[in-house]
Amino acid sequence: MVFAKLLLSPMPHARVRRMDASAALAMPGVEGILTADDIPETEAPNEASLTNEPHYEGEPILAIAAIDEETAAAAVEAVDIEFEPLPFVLDPMESLRPGGPNARSQGNTMAGRDLSTIKWDSVNWNEYDRGTMPLGGEVTDEWEVGDVEAGFAEADLVLDETVFSASLSHQPLETRTSMAYWQNGKCYMHASTQSTARTEGGTARALGIDPTDLVLIAEYCGGGFGSKIAGCPQDQISGLLSRKVGKPVMLRVTRQEENFFGKARPGIQARAKFGFRSDGRVVALDLMMVQDGGPYGRSGDYMSCADQASLMYQPEHMRVRGLTIYTNTPPRAAQRAPGGVQAVAMFAPIVDNAAKQLGIDRLEIIRVNAPEGQAVFGRPRQGVQGNVSSAFVKEAVDKARDEFDWAGMQARSKQRNGTKVTGIGVALSSYSAGASGVDGLLVIRPDGKVEIHNGAGNLGTESFSDTSRAAMEALDTPWEQAEIVWGDTSKHLPWSAVQAGSMTTHAHTRSNWAAGLQAKQFLQEIAAAQLGGSPGDFTVSNGRVYRSGSPSQGLSFGRAAELAIRAGGKFDGHELPEDINEMTTRAATGLAGRGLVSAAKDNFETGGRNMSYAIGFAEVEVDIETGAVQLKDYKVASDAGTILHPQNFGAQLHGGGIQGFGVALGQKWVMDPQWGLHVAKRFYSNRPPTILDVPTEREMAWTAADLPDPFNPVGCKGIGEAPVGAGAGAVLNAIADALGDDVHFNRSPIMRDMILTKLNPEVPEAHNLLTTHV
Amino acid sequence: MGDVEHIQTAEQQGVSRRSFIKGVIATGASVSASNYVLRGGHGVALAQAPGSVERLVTLTVNGQQRRVDVMPQETLATTLRYKLGLTGTKIGCDRAECGACTVLVDGVAHYSCSTLTHQVRGREVMTIEGLEGADGSLHPVQQAVVDLQGFQCAFCMSGFVMNMVELTNENPDATRAEAAQHLSGNLCRCVDYNRILNVAEKACELTRNGMRS
Repeated sequence: MVFAKLLLSPMPHARVRRMDASAALAMPGVEGILTADDIPETEAPNEASLTNEPHYEGEPILAIAAIDEETAAAAVEAVDIEFEPLPFVLDPMESLRPGGPNARSQGNTMAGRDLSTIKWDSVNWNEYDRGTMPLGGEVTDEWEVGDVEAGFAEADLVLDETVFSASLSHQPLETRTSMAYWQNGKCYMHASTQSTARTEGGTARALGIDPTDLVLIAEYCGGGFGSKIAGCPQDQISGLLSRKVGKPVMLRVTRQEENFFGKARPGIQARAKFGFRSDGRVVALDLMMVQDGGPYGRSGDYMSCADQASLMYQPEHMRVRGLTIYTNTPPRAAQRAPGGVQAVAMFAPIVDNAAKQLGIDRLEIIRVNAPEGQAVFGRPRQGVQGNVSSAFVKEAVDKARDEFDWAGMQARSKQRNGTKVTGIGVALSSYSAGASGVDGLLVIRPDGKVEIHNGAGNLGTESFSDTSRAAMEALDTPWEQAEIVWGDTSKHLPWSAVQAGSMTTHAHTRSNWAAGLQAKQFLQEIAAAQLGGSPGDFTVSNGRVYRSGSPSQGLSFGRAAELAIRAGGKFDGHELPEDINEMTTRAATGLAGRGLVSAAKDNFETGGRNMSYAIGFAEVEVDIETGAVQLKDYKVASDAGTILHPQNFGAQLHGGGIQGFGVALGQKWVMDPQWGLHVAKRFYSNRPPTILDVPTEREMAWTAADLPDPFNPVGCKGIGEAPVGAGAGAVLNAIADALGDDVHFNRSPIMRDMILTKLNPEVPEAHNLLTTHV
Repeated sequence: MGDVEHIQTAEQQGVSRRSFIKGVIATGASVSASNYVLRGGHGVALAQAPGSVERLVTLTVNGQQRRVDVMPQETLATTLRYKLGLTGTKIGCDRAECGACTVLVDGVAHYSCSTLTHQVRGREVMTIEGLEGADGSLHPVQQAVVDLQGFQCAFCMSGFVMNMVELTNENPDATRAEAAQHLSGNLCRCVDYNRILNVAEKACELTRNGMRS
């Protein structure tokens, strides 16, 4: 095996003017080089693995393979390369300003399928310079339901705020390292990816090969949070370089490199105008959002931000306008509840402020607006809004009010202990909780085991394994009889959901239920053929299929599997359903003849978009001398249908919440505005929450409505996303609560200096409310 | 497990931070471009810097004597993972920020990414692979992880587990807050800290109840 090292762009936007690698390639131990000229062209605005026109500091330009990393690094240093600096911009608002620079040579945004340039010529930039998001500029996306002006006319309280949420690196603890080798024309790649089935196609395309010529091995993923949903462009480097040098290539990505190209959540600069009735009900909502798009892709966090606002606050009248502006900062990607976290971070403080102004209980204002049943929400399609499959938010709120002793919590608000003041915060967060329409695949083997195949991926949430229980439940057979196959495309994996967006739990309980039911049907048919009678006469239970009421007249799963192989056809995978995905067909064909093979598509009714909900309750102590914030307690209530696995469910609620603490309390970038370079590029400077940031007086609590979603066969929904916003919003509201009922923050994260400035209004703000990366 | 202790340890071994850096520069490592530095030495002429140390050394790892060819600037994490095949130790940052590489040296938790392999000659190194008893019995910390299903993606797990082993040895009566202080040199990005503290408490409890440690 040889090792690769990368040459990274030293500038935020540049063009390679001249490059001579001959000295590097002549060094002993150097095996070869891969440049942007060696890789298939990438269509704008997508990110390539290597480029001759870098759009951010740290973007990979070329890779060199050598017998060891030190030699590869020395060779990278020996490359004679010259960059031509190009104009760059770090802040979307600066690019929108007339005469402002564009992040890309062809423009600063996408209009339809093309890169184009938008400048806000007509808006009042003096207003912006005073910290107010200007209105009236051109946007690329807009929608409206109801009549927003009429809505404001009937409002008793209107809050018109400029708000900001920061860009935030994913920082998975395992960097996006990959290793690849070629054997008999096939590429074998070990990569760090969240999803297995959904990574195969894109990676094969990037390597210029057929998916059948790629073996992707990814049994465990050391964190992704949305940054490795379907692999990453940099995986291509180990694959192509390996083919070029004819040896296995390992590209170990460093922490600093991960900070550059390991993706980030897009920041949003926005104007949000809320109209409230005197009972706290949101009647009108008007949003204008500018998203920091980084240099590549088309992430649409601001649109999902609007959808979540629509779902959480259920305004009858709502207008949304927004656009993404490219910047010369690291590439953006979905990050755990993309758009949803920004929605809560920006809007929960406004709703909380309204409760205080209207004299309403802060939990009640959440409840009065919360969706219920099959609530409608979001961007209308052909004039009609969609709906959720279920919402038991009010039930969750009611449970939490008692179990968490909301009255007792509130009584501690503003209690003073020396220089420390207690603050209480609560916030609702919603997000998508499941996909549908993917395939289930299982084999009942002659040894009686049920082998359940899953291509979703494994982030350690256990959803890939927990969802297999749906198949065993359909077969009414003990879990111990199951074996799970995952994480390696040579092991015949079906078309599966991404391990992202909380999709897996809902999608794969459905698909495994489908495969389980079909296997049950096959077992009954085999038993009827063998023992006489009709399939309906037979019961499947406890690893056997037997004549109902006469358990002794039946077959073990092992015996039935033997008979399935003998019968062939649809029973052992030689004939397959026509509606399953091509990848599933391939996998099932590979398994044909090994036992009773059941491949089935999830064709169950969806009933709407599957969404789950979390309500965070935070208790903080703010030191009014130093601005330090310490979490004293955090509790979370939720609605995510029936709970599949309580221990993992609780871990998602709390882990998500703590990631939200990072959003509220300190994770952000700092960039040098003069040179466009990163200042905070490691853990200690771009600091995620540590174990000292969580409450330690007692274990954090959680509760759940635990009511079944009517459109999932076992009643469950995903729970990965919604908890993050709940943690962020609850902490933001708690800090404001500690400082006074008239205090609220319009920017996250809340840094200590912001707290001290709030407490001393004579001290001027350190920067404009909307300034990025400071 | 702070820097101070680390430097003291280094000085005990006659290797100061300054000589570590000088050693790296002397061997021609490209510090700026290379966060991970690996050199197998196969086929490449290596200049032995003046004052550099013996390369073929014997290490005691998980109770076994291991002979291994070690460069002067090589970190213990590199030796463990790439020379001795002990890949349970993870490298998350390679700069003493995250603790994923934590191992025990003479029972004390160390960041192996920031410990020179030459510093641990003659000392007992224990990695996660060495925790299980000869009869297959689990260490109390391992048992607690299994019982409570601690950790999500678990890339941080081996580092946390090794640090918890030190905790259960030093202070099995630790409160939740003391456990958090003890483990504060380790990062988890799934931020599963609530469950990690549950695991630490359970491991302490199992230790107090006499489970082997």
